[in-house]
Amino acid sequence: MFQDKNARIIKTESWGNYFLLRLAAAEIAQKSKPGQFLMIRVSPGLNPLLRRPLSIHDCSGSEVEIFFQVTGKGTELLSQKKPGDHLDVLGPCGGGFSLLPEFKDKEIFCVGGGRGLAPLYFLARELQTAGARPVVFYGGQTLSDLPLKKRLDEAGWETNFSTDDGSFGFHGLVTQLAEKELMKRKPSFLFGCGPEAMMTRLAEICQQAVLPAEFSLESIMGCGLGACWGCSRKIKKNGEIKYLRICQDGPVFPAEEIIWSGD
Amino acid sequence: MVDLSVDLGFLKLKNPVMAASGTFGYGLEFQPLYNLNLLGGLVVKGLYFKPREGNPPPRLAESPCGLINSIGLQGIGVEAFCREILPWLADLTTAVIANVCGEEEGEYARVAEYLSRHPGLAALELNISCPNVREGGKCPAQDPEATYRTVKRVRQASSLPLITKLSPNVTDITAVALAAQEAGSQAVSLVNTFLALAIDLESRKPKLGNVLGGLSGPAIKPLAMRMVFEVARKVKIPVIGLGGIFNYQDALEFMVAGASAVQVGTANFVNPQACPEIIKGIEDWAESQGIKRLSEIVGSLKF
Repeated sequence: MFQDKNARIIKTESWGNYFLLRLAAAEIAQKSKPGQFLMIRVSPGLNPLLRRPLSIHDCSGSEVEIFFQVTGKGTELLSQKKPGDHLDVLGPCGGGFSLLPEFKDKEIFCVGGGRGLAPLYFLARELQTAGARPVVFYGGQTLSDLPLKKRLDEAGWETNFSTDDGSFGFHGLVTQLAEKELMKRKPSFLFGCGPEAMMTRLAEICQQAVLPAEFSLESIMGCGLGACWGCSRKIKKNGEIKYLRICQDGPVFPAEEIIWSGD
Repeated sequence: MVDLSVDLGFLKLKNPVMAASGTFGYGLEFQPLYNLNLLGGLVVKGLYFKPREGNPPPRLAESPCGLINSIGLQGIGVEAFCREILPWLADLTTAVIANVCGEEEGEYARVAEYLSRHPGLAALELNISCPNVREGGKCPAQDPEATYRTVKRVRQASSLPLITKLSPNVTDITAVALAAQEAGSQAVSLVNTFLALAIDLESRKPKLGNVLGGLSGPAIKPLAMRMVFEVARKVKIPVIGLGGIFNYQDALEFMVAGASAVQVGTANFVNPQACPEIIKGIEDWAESQGIKRLSEIVGSLKF
């Protein structure tokens, strides 16, 4: 865990209200694992006050990337940053996805909805490096919600796209596409990140298919360090339902431990 | 070389800056980021006798320059704290203070008594002012008599120095401070959070799962400082000031208003290095002013 008060932005990319920032933050980059996140101060001022938790989208050498959608004031400010600007970044925070040795040579599904793809790119890359066969599913409402399409096409693994309106790829929900493929291909594991309703459905599908899965959860956070208990959520651990901290006990949890908000 | 030390009578601090309860976990959480021995003191998260679940999420909502929380004192309980955390904290050279909670007076006393049987604590901070644990934000610190009874009960249960943490959600905070002093509290810390409401207009629902929460951060600083000023002029015991301290100037202003020491809370989230940076800032400022002993500035407001 490091606080880099001067992480320099070396590259920005944008597509509508989706943004990607690449940061030079050597200490953080060297320790980062897929599924971990950064706590980023979006402005030196006091409004908005809190740091914003953002998944590590990719990481190599001394650089980390974040990919996000503008959803409020904090992400709006972050989206206005330019190459050469500096950010105060804390990380890597939380635990990551399980990268198990038995994934080698196996198909591993990585299912992302919208900006939920953010942590799955880094994950898929690490899975591939470890000799597993990542199969990425990337869904959005419409084609403009799939800004990382090109990047995924060039990644060297299989990516399947879906749009709710049929403007690109499979016409329907990414959960429907993943379910269809899952029945055919019997993957060994599934990782998911996206809107709550999407992850809830995906968890049901995995349960029915007896497919082990992990999901990355999102929350407003106070500290990102496990100190304030502001991001707690009901999680079932060893048969007992408790409020656990998404920042420290997560943000990645096994599917069977998550109490979905619709339950 | 400036003497930053603070003599509270019952406790000597190496400098006036403490991390505030509820914003610093049990201390361990910040250890990866800096040497905790730099701190004047640290106040751990509120402790009930048993582990406590806390309030339903969402537990946090932002407001301009402020944070509203309704965490509800989720925590591991005093037994697990003494077994798993305190032995580690006891090795620090900074003053470690436990924040004592209770559903009723008896529980406050039981927690205090249990803590006093374990080495490593410099003092207890009596949390009679959390707005997130009872219906409508009520707490003992809203009533001088309830404050007197609770402090008295804890005073009899423990020989550790006692700091009583006061609520700003009162008409006259000095009456409550005097009641705490009368009951044997050796210091008061103020203020806890301001009872607050945040609404999501689209859904017309409260933003917090527990409906009401407590407001902290820079938004409350002038209100908190006014209360520190009022209390410091009335009581004989030392006043520990907190409420929206984000930089060394804020900390020094509280001291000028009458605080012998300060606590830094919400700032720990925004800048995890806030405490050591404030300590350094205070030292540099005092040096530039030719101040030899920082305690000279306590209550030095000119008016």
